[in-house]
Amino acid sequence: MRRKVYMVAGYNTLSMGTGRKEFNPKKERPGLEEYIREAGQGTLMQIGGAGNVDEGVIGNFMASRFNRQANLAAFFPYVDEGLRYKPAVRVEGACATGGLALMTGIRSVLAETAEVVLVIGVEVQNTVKAIYCADFLAGAGWFKNRKTGHAYFFPGQFSDRAGAYFEKYGKEKTRQALARWFRNAIENARLCPTAQEYHNVAKDLEVLGMMEPNGKTFVDHLNIFDCSKVSDGASAIAIVSEEGLKRCGIPVGEAIEVMGWGQMEEDITKPPADPTALTTTKEAVKQALASAGITRDQIGTAEIHDCFTIAGLMCMEAIGFAEKGKGADFILEGNTARNGRFPINTTGGLIGWGHPTGGTGVHQAVTILEQLTGKAGEAQVVIPADRPYGLTVNMGGDDKSLVSIVYKKAE
Amino acid sequence: MTYEERLQHVSVLGAAGKMGSGILLLTAVEMADLSMKPENRGKPFVLYAIDVSDEALSGVMKYLKAQVLKIAEKKVVALRKVYAARPDLIDNDEIIDQYIFDVLSIVRPSTRMEAAFDSHMVFEAIKEDPELKISIFKQISSNNPHQPWFFTNTSSIPITKLDEGAGLGGRIIGFHFYNPPAIQKLVEIIRAEQTLPGLEAFAYTYAKNLHKVVVPSHDVAGFIGNGHFMRDILHAASEVEKLGNNFSFVESVYVMNKISQDLLVRPMGIFQLIDYVGVDVCSFIMSVMDHNLKEETVHCPLLDRFIALGVKGGQHSDGSQKDGILKYEKGRPVAIYDPATKAYMAISEFQASVDKILGNLPVVPAWKAVVGNKAKEAILREYFGNLKAASGLGAELARFYATRSCEIGQQLVSSGVAGSENDVNTVLLTGFFHAYGPINNYLD
Repeated sequence: MRRKVYMVAGYNTLSMGTGRKEFNPKKERPGLEEYIREAGQGTLMQIGGAGNVDEGVIGNFMASRFNRQANLAAFFPYVDEGLRYKPAVRVEGACATGGLALMTGIRSVLAETAEVVLVIGVEVQNTVKAIYCADFLAGAGWFKNRKTGHAYFFPGQFSDRAGAYFEKYGKEKTRQALARWFRNAIENARLCPTAQEYHNVAKDLEVLGMMEPNGKTFVDHLNIFDCSKVSDGASAIAIVSEEGLKRCGIPVGEAIEVMGWGQMEEDITKPPADPTALTTTKEAVKQALASAGITRDQIGTAEIHDCFTIAGLMCMEAIGFAEKGKGADFILEGNTARNGRFPINTTGGLIGWGHPTGGTGVHQAVTILEQLTGKAGEAQVVIPADRPYGLTVNMGGDDKSLVSIVYKKAE
Repeated sequence: MTYEERLQHVSVLGAAGKMGSGILLLTAVEMADLSMKPENRGKPFVLYAIDVSDEALSGVMKYLKAQVLKIAEKKVVALRKVYAARPDLIDNDEIIDQYIFDVLSIVRPSTRMEAAFDSHMVFEAIKEDPELKISIFKQISSNNPHQPWFFTNTSSIPITKLDEGAGLGGRIIGFHFYNPPAIQKLVEIIRAEQTLPGLEAFAYTYAKNLHKVVVPSHDVAGFIGNGHFMRDILHAASEVEKLGNNFSFVESVYVMNKISQDLLVRPMGIFQLIDYVGVDVCSFIMSVMDHNLKEETVHCPLLDRFIALGVKGGQHSDGSQKDGILKYEKGRPVAIYDPATKAYMAISEFQASVDKILGNLPVVPAWKAVVGNKAKEAILREYFGNLKAASGLGAELARFYATRSCEIGQQLVSSGVAGSENDVNTVLLTGFFHAYGPINNYLD
């Protein structure tokens, strides 16, 4: 890389939605602009204010439908007057939006057009019931498939994937692994005060996770516990150069360094080549590891895109942690738990922390920042000295838009 | 005539009322779903919503729209298949909107009874007045060339009397929904002596297609549901009278409402339930029962007294509770009407002192925490065990109330109104949302 790129000063709002005690669907809640402002100010306060910022990037998937709002870059001056007359851009790539926002910021720093980029990812989705939310999120797929798709479009897509996986590799053990994935997600979320499932007190999580799917009211092969929820939330982080670090007065030890990435697209009009595998994810992770010059065995923790439990399982195989068809064993052996070999989604991931779609990629970076710099609070996991790398995998659509980034604590 | 053909032309009388609007909703949805089956495409399905006022009918259309929206949202997975051949309907909201339109376009509001002259079946949910019902059935039957079937929602009038009075020759059945029909799972089906077998079979199929729990009741005034409820009222009223020696009137009403709700673990106290149904409606049902039951007096002077003072209860058109014997704030009773002063007295003024006299009560589980609880049986057994052992006035009144409620249920079985103890319990569980059936051995 032509110069070092760091991330600092992460901030997450609450992930708001069912499960949070504060959430009441009948009462008015903070709007899109309030989430943007809270997250943006949260990061600005840690980097010495808006005067230090050269440009802004805001990631958002579908405010045009959820909130009837476009032109989101113009909310930066609303975050702080100090951002008036500064450049900003809004990026979109479905659920990989946050990852694309990070990549846009990274490129600005690499291009030397900015030393400090404020990146915000946001989505406010509880403006409509889940059944209409499903329509809006279906925009992450090819619109020409919407008509023949399921009422709950993406749960339908991943239910089909789960069905294919069950058939090829066996249902019973796979279902148990999905239930374990759910349990890990909730238990991790209980350690993170901003997580949507922070207040979750359900007992016997794996029993819940084993609930038989009901295709009459939902989808054939997944139950509601297999799915991330509808969330409102925003996350922000600053992407900075070495000069930017100095400008903001942040010690290098409080930063993580971007070591490499994989970013790519697959044809949205094509069905998955193999419904039992996330082939684009596999390529993106491969590219990320190669560009960072590391192997997957050097990863200490990862934040991966478990929009559905089955996506989490398949991602373990795509990364190469488990061989194809062995993802269930890998999970059931405890490897992905917070005390396992590769602690995955340590604050709950999309299922436990929440999935404000356009914000998720940024939230993943904030969690890796916290974990690698020892600031994850109760959710902190041990990062072994010989495996100091953090990995993120952010996926848009059904394995179509991919951003995978490798990080390491800055020295 | 097949099931579908019978449901192609239907009328609901009293369609703007509390019960009628619910029956209209369920019937409209069933008819619309039939009309969308491939074999029925192109066949007309017509549902007349008949009532006396245009204003009320306009309100009912708004109610239908809101309710069909909820129904459509719940079954959108199936609706996407129904509209699979419509390329213009893509998003869920487009499909849901179309479904609402399709259901509503079956419904024709009318203030003219003549609209029912072409119907193959007629649901009746008008005032609980036998003469009025008979006169309307006669008019429709004599002007309708299709020999229509009549489904009466009466909750108390013997069906055989309506059949004979209107000369229907068995073309009638009792089809008694519980309030609100769209939510309460129970339907009591009551055949008259002459009810046609085909009509009876249809009624059971129809109830099944609406996903209702059916309990057959013998054709005795009040049937099972009101047979229990009205006698429960008589018991509470007689207890209020007895308590008069030690308590003021409003205090006595408070005590019996509290006993029947909290200590009996029911969703509402007996006086709140009277308000919910309507003081005048309860009184009317009692007069029908009194008139038809020769060996028993079913009459409550307490209700008469309130009605004479204009205290009627019932509900506002939005479903919220009107003030009646009790006064409500946000749906909760806060005061009780005192006929002597013709004013409401706040419960908070006497609650503490009265509760003290009721004595130490066992810890009572809230109805809400019990009703859907899987461990319900164990919770109730433990509670009633404690109640049995408890001393004091409150516990004594509660035990007596529960025992009387059980006796009323048993009498409904022994007198042949209900086919079994289980039928009585099912009616109270599904029609009144009780957490347990009145016929039980909790206090044995």
